[in-house]
Amino acid sequence: MEGAHDMGGVPWSGPVVPEPNEPMFHAEWERRAFAITLAMGMPGGWNIDMSRFARENRPPQEYLGMSYYQIWLAGLERLMLERGLIAADEIAAGKPLHPTKPVARTLTPDDVAKVLHRGGPTEREATRPALFAVGDRVRTKMMDPPTHTRLPRYVRDHVGTVEMLHGVHVFPDSNSLGNESPQWLYTVTFDGRELWGPDGDASVKTSVDAWESYLEPASDAG
Amino acid sequence: MTGHDHHHHHDHEHSELSETELRVRALETILTEKGYIDPAALGLLIDTYETKVGPRNGARVVARAWTDPAFRARLLKDGSPAIAELGYAGRQGEHIVVVENTPRLHNMVVCTLCSCYPWPVLGLPPVWYKSAPYRSKAVKDPRGVLQDFGFGLPEGIEIRVWDSTAEIRYLVLPMRPAGTDGWSEERLEALVTRDSMIGTGLPKQPHEIA
Repeated sequence: MEGAHDMGGVPWSGPVVPEPNEPMFHAEWERRAFAITLAMGMPGGWNIDMSRFARENRPPQEYLGMSYYQIWLAGLERLMLERGLIAADEIAAGKPLHPTKPVARTLTPDDVAKVLHRGGPTEREATRPALFAVGDRVRTKMMDPPTHTRLPRYVRDHVGTVEMLHGVHVFPDSNSLGNESPQWLYTVTFDGRELWGPDGDASVKTSVDAWESYLEPASDAG
Repeated sequence: MTGHDHHHHHDHEHSELSETELRVRALETILTEKGYIDPAALGLLIDTYETKVGPRNGARVVARAWTDPAFRARLLKDGSPAIAELGYAGRQGEHIVVVENTPRLHNMVVCTLCSCYPWPVLGLPPVWYKSAPYRSKAVKDPRGVLQDFGFGLPEGIEIRVWDSTAEIRYLVLPMRPAGTDGWSEERLEALVTRDSMIGTGLPKQPHEIA
C-alpha cells in the first residue's frame, strides 16, 4: 500500500540527528510495549508481515504523529482487536470485561531463550528454478496494491541488475493475508541516476531485496 | 525535519507520554489477567535486549574477521552460520549477509519501509535508524547522511546502500584501522563502533582508545 512508512527518497525529512550515548529504551513504557509485542506473537498467531501491515496501514498524519513504539502499540492493539483477543471497552476500562478467548500457546519464561534463538527463518525449499540469474537486467514493476508490499515506491518501474540470489522466501504480500506463497528472492541494484535522474549521485548504488513477481526482464537490456 | 522541529517533536512526545503510559499499563493488566502474557517472560525479553544482545556482539564478529582469514572467508560467504560460531543467532538475524568495505567501496544499511536491523549482532536499532530523515535520505543522499554524522568520504569512493526490504539482514564489515598490526582480537573489538557496522561511521583509530 502507499503510505507514510514508505520513506525512501521523500524530500521532507531534514538531517539525521544521532543521540550520543543513546539508551536502548527511553522510558519504562517502551520496555513494556516492546516486550508485550514480542510476547503476544505466540498466543496471537500472526506473522511478521501481518504485524508490519497493522503498523503501516494508517493515515500519514497518524503514522508520522506517533513515536516508534507508539506505532508498535497501535499495531498490536489492531491485531488483537481484529482477532477478538481484547475489546475496545476493555482498553478503555483498563481491565478484562469479557471472557478470555482460548489461545494455543503463551510464551513462558522457559520459552524465551529458545524462541529468540529459533527466530523465524523465511527461506523455503525451491520447487522451481529461478527466473533470473546474477548479472541479469530487470525492471521492477509499477505496482500499487492496496495491501502489504515490500517493493518501495522509489524503486518501482526502474531498471537494475540482479546482484544476488537468496533462495526462495516467504512472499510478504501474500503472507500478510495468511498465505506464504514463497518465491525466489533477489538483491537488485540500481545506479543513483537511474533512481534519481541526472542530479542523482553517480557514485552511489542502491539495492533492494525483491521477490520474483516484483520483476520482469528489462526490455532495454544492455 | 529541522533542528527546531526535532525539538518540537520531542515536546509533543512528552506531552503524550502519560496517556501512552496509561495505555501500556492497561494493556499489560488486561493481557496478564487474561493469561495471554506472563510478566516473568516480559522481564526476560527486556533483560535480553537491554543487557545481553547489542553491538558488542557485532564487534566480536568484526574483530574475529580482522584476525582470522578463514573465518572472514566463511563470514563473507554465508553470514549467519559463521556468526553462529560465536554464539549469536536467531530473531532478526536468520539470514545475515556481511558486506565488506574496501578502499574503493563504502557500504551503508537502511530499512526505508520500517526498521529491519540485525538484532543478534547489533541489538535493537537506535532512534535515528528508525527515523524519517535516515530512512528517506540514506538511499538518495548517503553522502549527506555521512555529513550529518560528522564525516565525509573522499571523492572516488563508491557508496553502496542496502535497503533491507526482505528478511535478509546486512552487517557491514568495516576496514581494519592502520597501525593495529599484532593487536589481539580483544583490543581490536574496542575499535569497532555500532555505526561502523551500519555504515554511518568508521572504526575508531588506535589513538582514540586508551
